[in-house]
Amino acid sequence: MATITSTPTVTRRRRQSPLLRGVVRTPYYVLTGGLAILFLFPLLWTTVASVSPRAGTAQSDGFGFANYVTLANYQAGIWTYLYNSTFVSLLTVVLTLGISGLGGYAFARFSFPGKNALFMVTLAILMVPYATLLIPLYVLLTRVGLQNSLVGVALVLTMFQLPFSIFMMRVSFESVPKELDEAALVDGCSTFAVLWRVLVPAVKPGLITVGLFAFLAAWNDFMAPLILINDSNRMTLPLAIANLRVQVQGIVDYGATEAGVVILALPCCILFLLLQRHYVRGFMSGALKG
Amino acid sequence: MSAPIAAVRAGAQRHTPGATRAGRRNSWRGAAYALPNALFVLGLFVLPLLLVLQMSASKWPLLSGNQGWNFPANFTKAVTHRLFADSVVFTLKYTLLATVLLVLIGLGLGLLVQESSRWKGFLRTSILLPSALGLASASLLFYVLYSPIAGPFAETMDRFGISFLGTPTMALLSTTFLIVWRYAGFYMLLMLVGLQGIPSDVFEAARTDGASVWQTFRYITLPLLKPTLALTTVMCVTGSLLAFEQFYILTKGGPDNSTITVVQLIYSVAFQGQNDLGVAGALSVIALVALVVINAVQLRAFAKDKDE
Repeated sequence: MATITSTPTVTRRRRQSPLLRGVVRTPYYVLTGGLAILFLFPLLWTTVASVSPRAGTAQSDGFGFANYVTLANYQAGIWTYLYNSTFVSLLTVVLTLGISGLGGYAFARFSFPGKNALFMVTLAILMVPYATLLIPLYVLLTRVGLQNSLVGVALVLTMFQLPFSIFMMRVSFESVPKELDEAALVDGCSTFAVLWRVLVPAVKPGLITVGLFAFLAAWNDFMAPLILINDSNRMTLPLAIANLRVQVQGIVDYGATEAGVVILALPCCILFLLLQRHYVRGFMSGALKG
Repeated sequence: MSAPIAAVRAGAQRHTPGATRAGRRNSWRGAAYALPNALFVLGLFVLPLLLVLQMSASKWPLLSGNQGWNFPANFTKAVTHRLFADSVVFTLKYTLLATVLLVLIGLGLGLLVQESSRWKGFLRTSILLPSALGLASASLLFYVLYSPIAGPFAETMDRFGISFLGTPTMALLSTTFLIVWRYAGFYMLLMLVGLQGIPSDVFEAARTDGASVWQTFRYITLPLLKPTLALTTVMCVTGSLLAFEQFYILTKGGPDNSTITVVQLIYSVAFQGQNDLGVAGALSVIALVALVVINAVQLRAFAKDKDE
């Protein structure tokens, strides 16, 4: 398991005998061990419970995947919802990468009229409540035929990703020495060739961070599809699983809900563990500039 | 880095040999690269923002669309809605609770995992992992955990007559616990960045002067961490004021409408029953103005603090 970026040791302990250190350290390990369990327990318990026997669920005796089978056959079928979620997430990632890649390049290397205004307005998206925008977006997308459409959801989610992504990509491009692309320009490259062949490899970590955040945001988003989608065949996974709870006459199928949570959480946890470095950097870049 | 020949040729055809950087990096090219960003921001942010202003001043049922101006009436209806006052009070109460807890716990965790070691790396990863989950997934997860039928505490709850979501106070506390679980890692990380920004020679000097751990924390760490504390507070307040998913999924606003937040009220006025986009628009505008004012006040308070 990768560990998060190290911080410099700030407090150095005075030299102690091993025995004394052991006595001092025991409460520390009890405390921190307890914390680790506290944060991991809900996920671990749900995963185990989803395959464990429980009366009133599909998995009534013995261990197995009956809850997942129930989930698979729920309404339009889990594959439809998985497809919808994957489609929305990938489209959001592609759009976010494209727009913030080009936009970050523009902000970092060019000057053009309205540059600062556009940057400020993009960041202002963060200041406006989600719900404040989703209601008029519902009306606007209805007018252009993109309401109840997965493409519409992806467009909206991309817009919400722009403040972070444009900011992140601007900083990434600015941290590349200008000499690198100026040399290529003098060699006669077009500005797009410079971007594609010289700068994109240099800002790859920034692109990975932006893509990861766009994926997690889109995969997990609940409110945009809740408001924009009303056809049950076009629901995304979080919406379908939230609806699953009130499946039969208000009786909640806890087993299938657990299975649904596991399916929702699994890709996020895997991506987090694989790309932890990029994930942490994304948060940090936001913190550094405020 | 050598340029590909094709690109060189294409470049040579389009530009005179003396083309300078200023010539290549002229404004229309920059504007062209920023165009997709501009289109998204205009079409999906500025336009909806203007539309919500129009909606808030219009009679606008969900299904039949704009029916003409209805200016002060929407706002009057919004603030006299039977759940308006309750939702504002509840949202503020929740915001205060969540912000205090998350900032304190974030700071505590940040201090705890500050130094780097294998164990602390594992600890950071464990604490941060829930933040990769969606808020909706986390809420569903706790919906089962808190269940008096299926949760791991079902028997204990039964024996002692505890219900995690049954009373207004318990519902608030249980939901706040879920939020702390989901966001503690995020705030821990922000605190770590702040702690990292404090130059280590300041601590060296304190140690040489014989300052105790508490003195070092109180008179060095805390004052130097002020910008981070300001940032985390503003972020947490903003996020909490806009709370929706956790209550929508976990408590559905209950018991007895005791956990309805402002955003939930906006959603239910717009799409659940009343279907009144005009009043929902008015509520949205009120929420937007309140958020801007609250953030401005906070930033000013922190800035003033810094001057002293």
